[in-house]
Amino acid sequence: MMNRNFFLGIDVGSVSTNLVLIDSHTNIIKKIYLRTMGKPIDAIQNGLRDLRKDIEQDITIAGVGTTGSGRSLADTIVGADVVKNEITAHSIASLSVVPDVQTVIEIGGQDPKIIIIRNGIVTDFAMNTVCAAGTGSFLDRQSSRLNISIEEFGNHALKSKNHVRIAGRCAVFAESDMIHKQQMGHRVEDIIWGLCKALVRNYINNVAKGKEIKGPIVFQGGVAANKGIKAAFEEYLKCKVIVPEHYDVMGALGAAILAKEKIERSRRYRSNFYGFDNICTGCYNTSSFECTGCSNLCEVIKIELNGEILARWGDRCGKWKLLNHSGKISNM
Amino acid sequence: MKITFPHMGNLYIILAAFFENLGIDFIVPPPITKKTIELGAMYSPEFACFPLKINVGNFIEALEMGADTIIMAGGIGPCRFGYYAQVEKEILTDLGYKCNMVVLEPPKGNLKEVLFQIYKLLQGKDLNNIIKAAKIAWLKAKALEEIEKEVFFYRAREKVKGMTTKLYRKALRIIHETKEIDSIKSSIERINKEFKRIELKKDHDPLRIGLVGEIYTLLEPSSNMNIEETLGELGAEVEKSIRLTEWTNTNLILDMLRIKGELKCRTAAKPYLNYFVGGHGLESVGETVLYANSGVDGVIHLAPFTCMPEIVAQSILPRVSKEKNIPVITMMLDEHSAEAGFRTRIEAFVDLLEKKREEKLYDEQKLLSWD
Repeated sequence: MMNRNFFLGIDVGSVSTNLVLIDSHTNIIKKIYLRTMGKPIDAIQNGLRDLRKDIEQDITIAGVGTTGSGRSLADTIVGADVVKNEITAHSIASLSVVPDVQTVIEIGGQDPKIIIIRNGIVTDFAMNTVCAAGTGSFLDRQSSRLNISIEEFGNHALKSKNHVRIAGRCAVFAESDMIHKQQMGHRVEDIIWGLCKALVRNYINNVAKGKEIKGPIVFQGGVAANKGIKAAFEEYLKCKVIVPEHYDVMGALGAAILAKEKIERSRRYRSNFYGFDNICTGCYNTSSFECTGCSNLCEVIKIELNGEILARWGDRCGKWKLLNHSGKISNM
Repeated sequence: MKITFPHMGNLYIILAAFFENLGIDFIVPPPITKKTIELGAMYSPEFACFPLKINVGNFIEALEMGADTIIMAGGIGPCRFGYYAQVEKEILTDLGYKCNMVVLEPPKGNLKEVLFQIYKLLQGKDLNNIIKAAKIAWLKAKALEEIEKEVFFYRAREKVKGMTTKLYRKALRIIHETKEIDSIKSSIERINKEFKRIELKKDHDPLRIGLVGEIYTLLEPSSNMNIEETLGELGAEVEKSIRLTEWTNTNLILDMLRIKGELKCRTAAKPYLNYFVGGHGLESVGETVLYANSGVDGVIHLAPFTCMPEIVAQSILPRVSKEKNIPVITMMLDEHSAEAGFRTRIEAFVDLLEKKREEKLYDEQKLLSWD
C-alpha cells in the first residue's frame, strides 16, 4: 500500500461535511460523514482527524478536491488542487458509479438539484431558485417533531396503507397541513407517506420543471437514505430509481475523482495539500471587518492560522483578496 | 432646486454630464452599497421588485444629502415599473421627506406630457446650451459602451485576474471627469491604449455567454451580484443585449421611428412569443433566439424576483433552448445575498458550456476523419 497514491475529496455542505479517500483505481478506501453544525472549519478538522485514525500513517495524499457551498473555505483550510461546484462534482461521481446514467436526482440538506446527462455529458441542470426548499433540513425537523429518528422516518412511510394528501407547495404549508391531518386523527405513517409524496411532487414541479427525466435515474444525497422518498419517486416516475452504495458522500467522491484526473493529467504537478498535521493541529480564527477604503463598505472576512493571515475575501475591488495567498483565492 | 436620480449602471455619468453643462444643481446619489439596499428593503413593500428597493435606497441617501427634486422614468404596459415613481413618491412622503418627483413618461403614453415635463425642467435655459449638454451626454454614453465592449473582451482573456476590472474603474473615473466635448475622444484613445497593454492568455478561446432579461438587473451590477465580472473571471466573454443608448433610443427618443434593432428582435421572438408582455419579456425571448443564431455558447436570463414579464419569458425559454439547441439558465435576484448558491449555478453553467463545446469539437473531428 506504501507506494500508491491517494486522493481526497471534501464536500462542505449546509448540513453535512463529507470526506472521501480514494485510491488510483477510484476505490473508496474510507469515507466520513459528519454534521457541519454551522462550523465548517471544525468539521473539516474533525473529519481529517477521523480519517487519519484508521489509515496507515505514511500514505501520500497526491491530490485534494473540494466542493459544496463551503468549497472555497475548505480550499483555504486544506490547500486544494481542484475547487469545483456541486453540480459538476455530483455528476462526475454518478457517472463513475452508473456510467450510462441519464438523470441525477440529488437532495441534500439545502438545495435539491436535478442534473440531466446525455452521452456522459451534463446537458442541463436546475436547482431551486429563490426559495431555499431545504428538503433535507425539513425532513430532519419533521422527524424530530414527530419524535422518530431520521433513520427510521422513511421506513414508517412504507408501512402506510392509507393515502393522506399533504400540501407540498412550500415547507411552511406542508407543516401546517401535517399538523391539521394529525389533529384530524390520521395515523403517523400515513402522514409521513403523504409527506414523502408531497416532497416528490414539489421536486418534480419546482426543481425538475418539465425536464425530461429518463432512466437510468440515480438518486443521491442524504435524503436518498429515506426509503419513503425513494418509493415515492418510483411511484411517480414509474421507473426504477438507483440509490448508489455511497449515496451520502457522492459530492466528496466527485471532488476526489476530479483531483485525481487533474493530477494524472500533469505528471509534474505537486499537490497543494497542507498535510494532516498542519491542518489538524492548526488554530484557525476568523473575524470580519468593514473596509472603509471606498463607499462600498465591503464586509471583509479574515481567516488566520496560528495568528498568521491565511486568506481574506469579501471585498469587491480585490484590494484585500490579492494581498495574500499568492493569488490562489482568485482562482476559485 | 437640487435634482437627483436613481442609479442604473453607468447612467449617473451621463446624467451628471447633462445637468452639469446645463448649469442645473444636482446630486449623484452615493454608490449603491449594502446600506443603500438595506434602507430600500426596509421601507419598500416586501413583494416589490428589487430595482424599486434600490431606487428607494438611492433617493433616501440623496435626499439626506440635500436633494429636493427626483427625476424618474415612467412606463406603460403590464409591468409594475409604470407605477414605480408613484409608489416611491408615496414611500418618501410617508417617511417625511419633502420632495418633488418629476416623472418622464415614455412617448408611447403621451409625447406632449414628456415634452412638458422636460420644458418645465429646462425653463429659462439657452437652447444652444441645451444642445451642447445633450451632445456631451450622448458622447459619454457612446464612449462608455465602447469601453464596456473592450472590458468584456479583455476580462475573458487577461493573464492576471482583475487587471481589466481595475482599468475599467479607472476608465469610468476618467470619462466622468472629462469636461469638454473635444477631450472625450482623446480620453477614449488614452484608455484604449492602456487596455492594449493588458497581457492576454495564449490560445484561450473564451466561451461566449449572452445576457438577456430585465433592463435594470442587466445594467446595475449591484443588483446582479456582479455577474459580468464573475463570468469574465471564469474566462467567459459576456455579450449584453441591452445597452443604455439603445434603450434611450427605443424608449425615450426614437420610439415612434421603430428603429431596426428592436424590429429584428421582435421578428426573432415571433415563433415563440408574438405579443407585448410588458417590460423586456418579449426582448428576452427575441434576444435569446438572436444569440442562438449568432453562435453564442449559452444564455443567462436575469430577472428580479416576481418580475411578471420575465416570468412569461422564463416559461417560454425552455422551448427556445430546446429548438435552438442553446443552453439557457434563469437567475432570479433580490436583496438576499446568497452568493454561494448564485456562484455555484454560474460555475456549473460554465462547466456545462465547456463540456458541450468539447463534445462538439469531438463530433466535428469524427466527421472529418476517414474511418
